[in-house]
Amino acid sequence: MRTTTVVVGAGHAGLAVSHYLTASSIDHVLIERGEVANSWRTERWESLRLLTPNWQARVPGFAYDGDDPDGFMDMTEVVTFIERYARLVAPSLQPHTTVESVRRNGTGYQVVTDRGVWHATTVVLATGGCNIPKVPPFAADLPGFVTSFTPMQYTKPSALPDGGVLVVGASASGVQIAEEVHGSGRPVTLAVGEHVRMPRTYRGKDILWWMDQTGLHDERYDEIDDIGRARRVPAPQLVGKPERTTLDLNALTDQGVRLVGRLVGIADGKALFSGSLRNKCTLADLKLGRLLDTIDEWVGSNGLDGQVGPVQRFAPTRVEESPPLVLDLAKGGIGTVIWATGFEPDHSWLHVPVLDRKGRLCHDGGVVSGSPGLYRIGLNFLRRRKSSFIHGTGDDACDLVGHLAARVGARPPDRPG
Amino acid sequence: MTTTSEKPAENGVNVEALLNARDALGETPEAGKFMWRATNEWLHGTHSRSSVTGYFGLGEEHPHKSTFGFESDHPLVFAAEDNAATPVEIVLVGLASCLTAGVAAVAQNRDIQLRSVKATVEGDMDIQGILGADPDVRNGFSGIRVKYDIDADATPDEIEALVAQSQKRSAVFDILTNPTNVTVVVG
Repeated sequence: MRTTTVVVGAGHAGLAVSHYLTASSIDHVLIERGEVANSWRTERWESLRLLTPNWQARVPGFAYDGDDPDGFMDMTEVVTFIERYARLVAPSLQPHTTVESVRRNGTGYQVVTDRGVWHATTVVLATGGCNIPKVPPFAADLPGFVTSFTPMQYTKPSALPDGGVLVVGASASGVQIAEEVHGSGRPVTLAVGEHVRMPRTYRGKDILWWMDQTGLHDERYDEIDDIGRARRVPAPQLVGKPERTTLDLNALTDQGVRLVGRLVGIADGKALFSGSLRNKCTLADLKLGRLLDTIDEWVGSNGLDGQVGPVQRFAPTRVEESPPLVLDLAKGGIGTVIWATGFEPDHSWLHVPVLDRKGRLCHDGGVVSGSPGLYRIGLNFLRRRKSSFIHGTGDDACDLVGHLAARVGARPPDRPG
Repeated sequence: MTTTSEKPAENGVNVEALLNARDALGETPEAGKFMWRATNEWLHGTHSRSSVTGYFGLGEEHPHKSTFGFESDHPLVFAAEDNAATPVEIVLVGLASCLTAGVAAVAQNRDIQLRSVKATVEGDMDIQGILGADPDVRNGFSGIRVKYDIDADATPDEIEALVAQSQKRSAVFDILTNPTNVTVVVG
């Protein structure tokens, strides 16, 4: 089978790419291992909601049109949203088709699937940025009585054994799971490394509204001092709840969650924590302060001081005097560990020499380096700070399809608005 | 607004060389593998002398400009001769030296002129641990506090950020806050 462009993955990013490919009259097919929005259907815990508000759910040619713009979609609503978008884009879709390998083939690519082989001039990888949960190697040292879960395996608190739970990692997944599990009567200890602290709302507006308005979300990958570092910044401590509550470490402490330092090893049935908790919290508090300063300056320079809420500053993160460095899992009643230690994309089926020594894809804003015609979308800070958000996909898709169109001799898509 | 200083900050740290080295290591990560060494010889009682003569890094051996010597002893209250600082005090010295170097380097990189940087370090220890009197008391410090007094052309928040970033990039801070495998053999 032959086509100009194979798009791997039919989530919102693959569909946005398809939207622009169609606008440029570029012949293409979307290959999807499951159904549209597969990861949202199969790899998320039950209570999860988007951490972006509904008004921010916008993709090229389609946007949230419900009656709760300040709400947050649950997974059923996300799947419905993406299904509606798929009906609008109406791509040539090959569902339930797993890509087994992508190889170079002359000037183009051979895409081998479990349902046949495709030959394409160009390939766009839209397979998501969170395919494989990262779990530290010392997880293997956990004693046998401890059950461990990744966020992809976690479904709901009642599916966990009774008793104490150690949640490792305090980014978006970790703080959300910690709160839910602790609320179920299973006391949670939360191991905290580097994290990004954010209030849900600031001066009366959603914090992500400010990120949009101030231009922070539009900062480009080629205008950032250290893009490698920016791409590794963990997801902010946000939760999408109807009450628009803030879920920072102080909120968790108030609920009774115990904070400990970064988990650095397991030895003889004991978890070992770094003594750096105070430093990690101070770094996050200072970084939050700089973000709020940026917002306040923007408000001032735009003459909006009377039109939004008053300036706020949040109490420093409370850290107990001497957080424990060692936790005996048996004596501490810990029967479960949840590894909320991040995710990484899976490129294991990409048989093109474009991965660095750590297996990371080498690319320039999604244009894969050293392999013309190969593109990636949907990674953290791919082209802009907002790249990993649903509403950040559109601009990236337009840019990348523009580049791709030039390569195949097609007209680039018009930039919206 | 008055302009206090137009000229770039000069703290005596060659930040450009450090940033170039970081870029070069991206190409040749092997060169980043260093081995630091010290030798130590018992003198008498709890008194000993250590020497630092050279190190391995960037793929080869490097001698220091001269051999540096360090003596250590235990204090009179331990019924020792107090000929030199205790080993744990030398650890505090190492932490403060590392953090101060970091403050200077970060300040240089952020174009902040330092005028004075002073640190006071305190380490708490319950000697029931090292005496084996109570197995629930650890041998090492139960806590370390460092207080910085910094005079610089910067806001209090910027100075706070210098000190926070210095901890983030400090080898000795990492050594003290994270468990490390230590192997001791008899030759």
